[in-house]
Formats: sequence, C-alpha cells, structure tokens
Amino acid sequence: MHNFNYHRPSNVADAVKALGGAGDGKIIAGGMTLVPTLKQRLAAPSDLVDLNGIADLSGIKSEGDGITIGAMTRHAEVAASSAVKSAIPALAELAELIGDRQVRNRGTIGGSLANNDPAADYPAAVLGLGATIRTNKREIAADDFFRGLFETALEEGEIITAVHFPKPEAAAYRKFAQPASRFALIGVLVAKTKGGIRVAVTGGGNGVFRAKEIESALSANFTPAAAKGVKLDPADFNGDLHGTPEYRAALVSTMAARAVEAC
Amino acid sequence: MTTETGIGAAVKRREDFRFLTGRGTYTDDINRPHQAYGYILRSPYAAAQIAAIDTSKAKAAPGVIAVLTGADYDKGGLPCGWQIHSKDGSPMIEPAHPPLCKDQVRHVGDQVALVVAETYAEAKDAAELIEVDYKELPAIISTAKAGEPGAPQVWPEAKNNVCFDWHIGDKSATDAAFAKAHHVTKIDLVNQRLIPNAMEPRSAVGDYDRATGDYTLYTTSQNPHVIRLLMGAFVLQIPEHKLRVVAPDVGGGFGSKIFHYAEEALVTWASGKVGRPIKWTAERSEAFISDAQGRDHVSHAELALDKDGRFLGLRVNTIANMGAYLSTFAPCVPTYLHATLLAGVYTTPAIYAEVKAVFTHTVPVDAYRGAGRPEATYLLERLVAKAAREMQMDQVEIRRRNFIPKDAFPYQTPVALQYDSGDYEATLDLALEMSKWSDFENRRAEAAKRGKLRGIGISTYLEACGIAPSAVVGSLGARAGLYESGSIRVHPTGSVTVFTGTHSHGQGHETTFAQLVSDGLGIPLENVEVVHGDTNKIPFGMGTYGSRSLSVGGSALVKAMDKIIAKATKIAAHLMEAAAGDVEFKNGNFTVKGTDKSIPFGQVALTAYVPHNYPITELEPGLEETAFYDPLNFTYPGGTHICEVEIDPETGVTQVVNFTAVDDVGRVINPMIVEGQVHGGLAQGIGQALLERCVYDEDSGQLLTGSYMDYTMPRADDLPSFQVATHATMCTHNPIGAKGVGEVGAIGSPPAVINAVIDALAPLGVEDISMPATPLKVWQAIQSAPKKMTAA
Repeated sequence: MHNFNYHRPSNVADAVKALGGAGDGKIIAGGMTLVPTLKQRLAAPSDLVDLNGIADLSGIKSEGDGITIGAMTRHAEVAASSAVKSAIPALAELAELIGDRQVRNRGTIGGSLANNDPAADYPAAVLGLGATIRTNKREIAADDFFRGLFETALEEGEIITAVHFPKPEAAAYRKFAQPASRFALIGVLVAKTKGGIRVAVTGGGNGVFRAKEIESALSANFTPAAAKGVKLDPADFNGDLHGTPEYRAALVSTMAARAVEAC
Repeated sequence: MTTETGIGAAVKRREDFRFLTGRGTYTDDINRPHQAYGYILRSPYAAAQIAAIDTSKAKAAPGVIAVLTGADYDKGGLPCGWQIHSKDGSPMIEPAHPPLCKDQVRHVGDQVALVVAETYAEAKDAAELIEVDYKELPAIISTAKAGEPGAPQVWPEAKNNVCFDWHIGDKSATDAAFAKAHHVTKIDLVNQRLIPNAMEPRSAVGDYDRATGDYTLYTTSQNPHVIRLLMGAFVLQIPEHKLRVVAPDVGGGFGSKIFHYAEEALVTWASGKVGRPIKWTAERSEAFISDAQGRDHVSHAELALDKDGRFLGLRVNTIANMGAYLSTFAPCVPTYLHATLLAGVYTTPAIYAEVKAVFTHTVPVDAYRGAGRPEATYLLERLVAKAAREMQMDQVEIRRRNFIPKDAFPYQTPVALQYDSGDYEATLDLALEMSKWSDFENRRAEAAKRGKLRGIGISTYLEACGIAPSAVVGSLGARAGLYESGSIRVHPTGSVTVFTGTHSHGQGHETTFAQLVSDGLGIPLENVEVVHGDTNKIPFGMGTYGSRSLSVGGSALVKAMDKIIAKATKIAAHLMEAAAGDVEFKNGNFTVKGTDKSIPFGQVALTAYVPHNYPITELEPGLEETAFYDPLNFTYPGGTHICEVEIDPETGVTQVVNFTAVDDVGRVINPMIVEGQVHGGLAQGIGQALLERCVYDEDSGQLLTGSYMDYTMPRADDLPSFQVATHATMCTHNPIGAKGVGEVGAIGSPPAVINAVIDALAPLGVEDISMPATPLKVWQAIQSAPKKMTAA
C-alpha cells in the first residue's frame, strides 16, 4: 500500500470539500474492494476520504411505501433488519448472501453501488426493485444509474447518501455463486412491481442489466416454466474459467425460474 | 492411567489450547533484535531474458539497506535430493537452480532481486524502483505439449524439455498379457495441477551472529535438519555446527514445506552480508507463484482382462510436469511414489509403466499430500471402474475378483514393492455396509423424482508410506537416508522429555507421541513433553512427510524406550538385590518375579541421577537414550472409499451427499487424531475431484488462478458429514504396527468422487469427466450427452 492522506469528515459537505481539495481523492466506505486494491498497489490515490465518521449516512427506515437505507449501512444490518424483512424479504435475503460474515459486517450498500462490480449482488436488488439512489445532489432512478463495468451515473464530488426501495408486490433473488469467489456467477432478482415485472441480472457481463425477454415472458405468464423457456443469446454474456457465455445465459433462465418459484 | 491416555485413547490434543487461543509461535511471530525486512522482486514473465537490471534508484530509496541481485550472489544453487536415471541409463537433466536469477527467468514468480530495508513497506516500495530490462521469450506451459518438437525450450541442455524418460516393470511380459487378453480397457486421464495453500504462508528469518559466526534460520519447514543439511552443505557452505535451523509452530505443510526454498537461503546469506537479521514472509499472492505445486500428470493407461474380468496386464504412459526447475524431491514423485503403486490392491501379474518428466515455464512441482500415490490411485480406480462398465460387471465384483487375498502376504508386486499385510475384503465389506451400498438404486430412484441425478462410486486403494529402507531408496536415487531419530531424556524425578526428528505442523505429534511414551514407560501423560523443530535440540532426523512420523519416528522412540527400560531394569535389580533377568517392568513398576518386591519408575530415575546406592562400576549414571530407526520396508495403508453424489442437471452442481471411508492404517494410537487426519485428507481429495485447479494461460504463462477469487478451495459447506472407520491389520515390520494416516484421505477419495459423478451421468450416456468436475464441466457434459434428460 502506498502512502495517502486520510480524511475523516463528520458530514457530507466536509467530505465533498476534502474530495475537492485532493489531487486524486477516493472515497472509502466499507473498503471491501478498495482496501485489497490498495494493498495490491493496483490503485494509489493521494487522499482517502472516509465516510465512516458521518453518522447520518447510516440506518434503515420505513418511508412511504418502502424502505430507505442509508449509504453507510452494513450488509449485515440489512440482512438482520426486521423492517426490511417485513417489507422486502428478498432484499434481506440478498444481503445475507453477500460475501462472508466479515464482508457483511463491514461492507456498505453505498460502497457496493458506487463501485458497481459486475458480479455484485446489490446492483441486482436496486435495478430489479426499481430503487432510487439519493445523492448529495439529486435522486437517480436505478434504470439510469448503472453504466456498465464499474461505471455509474455518479459525477465528480457526488456521494450516495441513501437508497430508497419501493415495496414490491413480490420479489425473490436467486444467486448461483462462482465456486471460488462466491460472487454471483449469475444472480437474478425477479420482482412484481407496480410498474410491471422487473428481472435484473448480475454476473452476466459488463454490469447489471434487465433481462427484457424474461420480463415479457413473465408478464404474459408469471410461472417458472415461462422463465425457463426463454433462451437468451450467449453473445450477450461474458466467459471465464468458471462459466462460458452459454452456461451463464442458461443459468439466467434457471435462476429466474427459481426466483419466480420463490415469489 | 494407560487406559485413559495410553495407546488407543482419544486424548484431546494438547497443542490445541495454544493454537485455538492464538498463542502459537509461528515464524512470522519471531522478531530478532535489529531485524530488517526482505522483499523478493519476482518475474512478471514466464520466460524472459534479463538484459539488464538497474538497482540504483532502489538503493537510494528511504530505509533501504541492500538490493541484491543474481550478480551479487556468489554461493551455490538449490540442490535436488533425488536422481532418476532414464531408460538408457543416462542421469536426469539437472539444471542450475540459483536462488536469484542471473540472465533468464523461467516462470512467473521466479526470484529476481532481494531488497532489504528497515521496514517491509520500504522494501516493497524500493522494489518498484528496480528497473529490469526483460526481453520476453515464448513460453511452454502445457504438460502434454512440452515434449513436442518445436516447443519453446526451458533449458538448452534438456532436449525437447525432457528431464528424464524412465520406466519400470516387465515390458515383454506385459505385451504378452495383452496379446492373450479377452478385453482391453483404455483411458486417457489428466491429474490436474494443484496449489497446496497451507493456511500459514511460508516465512523465513535469517540471523547471523557476528560475535560467534553462527547462523540461525527460523523457517516454515516440515524438516529442519534436512534444510540445515541442504542449505548448509550444498548452498551456503556453512558447516552444521555453525548453523541452527528452527521450524517453530508451522501452520500446515501438506508437502509444500518439505523443500528447501530460495528465500531460506537468501535471508540467511543476506543476513551475513548486511549484518542484520532479515525476515521475509510470503504474501498469499506470492505463495501462489512460489510454493511448489502438486500433481500435474497426463496419462494414458490400458488394462488387459480375461473373459471373467481378471486383470492380466497393465500398461501406463505418463508425462509428469516438473515445472521450470527441479524442486527438492520432485523426480521421485512420478516415479517411485507413483509407478510402483500401480498394482494397487490387485493381483495384476504384469505391469509396465513409462514416465517422462518434462520442464515447462511454470512453478516447480513437487510432493503434495499423497505425492504420486493419488495419481496412481486415480488412474487405477478410474480404469477399473471403466473396465467394469465395459464388461458389464458389477463394480464391487470386479474388485473382489482381483484382490490380493489376505493369506497371500507378504505379496510381491511386479513393480518392486512387497506388501507386508492387508485385508482388502474386510475394509470393502465394512464400507459397503456403512454406505448402504446395496440399497443405492432406491436412493437413485428417489432422487430422480426430485429431478436429481444420483450416483455412487467406489475406490479400493492402497498406498505406501514411510518410504524406506535407506539402502533401497539410495539405490533408487535418493541422496538422503530415510530413517528417523528419537531421544528420551528421563529427568531425576521421573518426568520425561521426548526429542523427535519428526516435525508436527498439524498432525498432533505432541499428543500422539506423548501417549506412546506415557504408555511405554507407564508414567502419566502430563509427565511427558515432546520437543521437535530445532536442530540445536533434537537429534538429526528426516522430518515429517509421506505419513512417516508414527511408523518411522514413533518406532525410533520405541527403540529409545527399549534402551531406557533395559538400563532402568539393571538399576532396579540392583536396588531390589535381584538378578536383572528376574526383574519385570509393567505399568510403570519394576517387580521381581515371584516376590512382592516392587519399585516405581520414578525411584529408578532418581537413583540414576543420585547414584549413591548404584552399580557404578557396571553402569553410567543418568537415564537418557537415543535411537535411530531405519525401517525394513514401506508401510502399506489401504482401504475402501465410497462416495455418493447428487447432481442438479440444470446447474451442473455436484453435491457430495454421503462419503464413507474405511481405512486400514495399522495400529491407531489416538483415534480422534486419526479421524481428523482422514477428514482433512478427504477435504483435499474431494477438493481435487470437484473444485481445485491451477490454470496458467497457455500462451503467456500467467497464472490465471492466482488468488482465491479463482482458485477454489474446499469449504465446510462443500463437504458432507463423513462416515469414517478403521479396520486394522498390523504393519509386520515396525514395533508399533502403525502404517500411517496422513495421506489416505487425499489418496483414496478422488476416484471415488469421479466414479460417482460418472455413475450419476451414465444414464445420459456420459462416460468420462475430468477433474475437477466443476458445475460448468458437468453442465457441459449433460448438454452434449448422447441421451437427454427425461422430464422429471
């Protein structure tokens, strides 16, 4: 790890200021991706702005027809939250499947979303449930937030403060874990929402996406067989040691069917 | 007393309090006064010329004490401890193995420079400033293709990358057997490369004392005396009396900590050069590219059978990947630890095996839990299972029909080994019963109703442990003896310190050996302390590997105890005014036959050290004895492993739902430790069968599975609750009867798992699947199967 300047602001405004004053500043939330990256010397920011001192960014509350989760809320808190479990049980279950116990006790929802790892679980929840990302500047709809591999709609100096999830009629997440890392080789969140059926897929390629073919099949007939019957084009998926594009494409239909079964 | 803690008692491990409460002392926990830190700059290329190295910026960096490269290194290379001769009588190609590369790098991770600095971070920062001008060269990675003409050459002296081309067995007798065969079963197999992944990464602290001229090396080793001999005599030319090697608590080895590594020599050498102790500890990513790796065989095998399924002959052709250099014991693994095991538990009368060892631009390969024997067992048990399917014979019946009968021991195989004991029917019968084998088809049908493919697989295996005797292994190419030492020091008040040349790094020797000695001397377990791992304390010994510690090291302790008891008997006879021949030793007391005279062991011990009333003209005072034990033969554990799997055809996930292991490990001292050893071995064996695989990019030679993000270690939820049992036939040639247990789990299990996977997929017409049977691979096999799944 190279040396860096460390800032621990107590409010978002100070965090933005610290970031603005840095040559090459980086925000650290749970640090579950950033710290290993620093230790491997794959990144060498001049400054780290730590959000862990900002109490306002943490916490879960019921709001309107859904749940609002502060950006610095740990995965373990979401997994254990009775408010989340009663409003959107699929979200609590998804949080419980992230990483391992240490990661869940440290990692944050805001950190996961800002990082937008193509195999992370939370992006599937946010996109599948049609959540809204709140930042220090604005609100961003899930459909506009994810921009591909580690890319998001966040601008310079923009910090996620919370995520609002509307309560779905029904939702379920099914994850097929990559055997070594246990990230999602394919994770599928299926939700029946007011705006219709949403199917979000993580692990498949350059970032979370909606499987429109499965959404339309399920809109016509919300059954596992309908999801299983959709054959996705492998050309849209990536391949590696653990899964060929064909395998990933087939797993989407299978996991979607299992999610429908659990809805 | 002995019933609760003696031989056969499941005593809780005495070392566990230390380990479980974080109070162990591992090499990285050792800090010497004025200690500096070392960082190794490693090659990012699989093959490249080093045109130039500029260390000037690094040398000027903050905290840097020294930057050393191949040009500075003026000592010897790392030696190979076993020499194989090819078919034509020529010795194997043994390339130079300097701890720091001079002109060329030969695998990703090869050592290029050592930076010594005040802190580890400073050493690492400075290493980034070293400018190395690499001219990248084409690399050869593939085991199968390394020997092909035109492949990139690793060493100019090794034509077609061949290290040796060796054979064993009777070719003409085997050809004749095939000529009269009713059926021949053929198989092509890959035994994939594995990365050992001990929980504790390797570490070394070199400490040169200017005042005395003594060197001390603290290191993560399974055999400190072997390291002292190899590094002292062959690499750094430091005589034994000026070199101490300490292997303190070591967090797992699995073979990978047997070998003498470059880093050990470098920190010791550099400590003398800079006059400061130097610590180096591998990061996990470094362990992936610098710990010797395991397995990596490509084999073709053929089995000749008569019309009744009796084995007539076996032909094997194996290519074994040595990596870029010869690691310490690499050449013996695919030869004398592999091809000599090809008879297995069967009476196959004619066997001929050829083994070609090749160099590639990869991390060196050496012994890893099982070392050669898992490769032999996998080959044989896959081949036998395939033969049974082809001849439409029952998997159990074909094995029974070919077993070496229990009254046939000692049994001479056609591939050099002579087995001393075994009862393969007994372990098979018990395993069949425990696994409810005969009921399996009901379970398969029930699983099918749930849409799952269920299969069962069996492996009846044999292995060889406690490699010996020294004279024989010497004639086969070993450059070392394979005996073991043990000392017993009885203290004046009757407590005992045991010094063993073996080393415990997870095996529980501090408990098992204490039980052995407590039982033998009739003294309480808490009065026995076991010391290991320090060449200044223990007698010269060969260390721990090949499941040898109890059968060889324990036997040395029994011999030392015999000497103690013989001397103590004379002292007791003197005290009781009886003839030594009339004195008996039992349960810790010396008695005179036919009388009520009795004195306890402790009183004899005190007399030995306070020799007031003592036969001083006939006996020296004191009570301390050392013994060296050189076995007469290997030991031959064996048994039956049965695996039952369920496959989810939609995802290709294979779940091990039942696993039964019945092992004959000879005499069991501590059944709980034996069970733990079997569990650990099974986890590694199932890991190889379903999860683990070391993959290099075939073009660039980059390690693609260079972290736990891509290298799949077995985890608790990958494994079932094991059903294990032992059924003992005693080893006939060591005084304990023990055969060894460290490796049985890893040796017997992989073919049982793969045979089960193939059995599960057989209804679809699938005949083969390679290790590891990952979800992807199983799913692909189902997709391309000749027959389709019938709807559930």
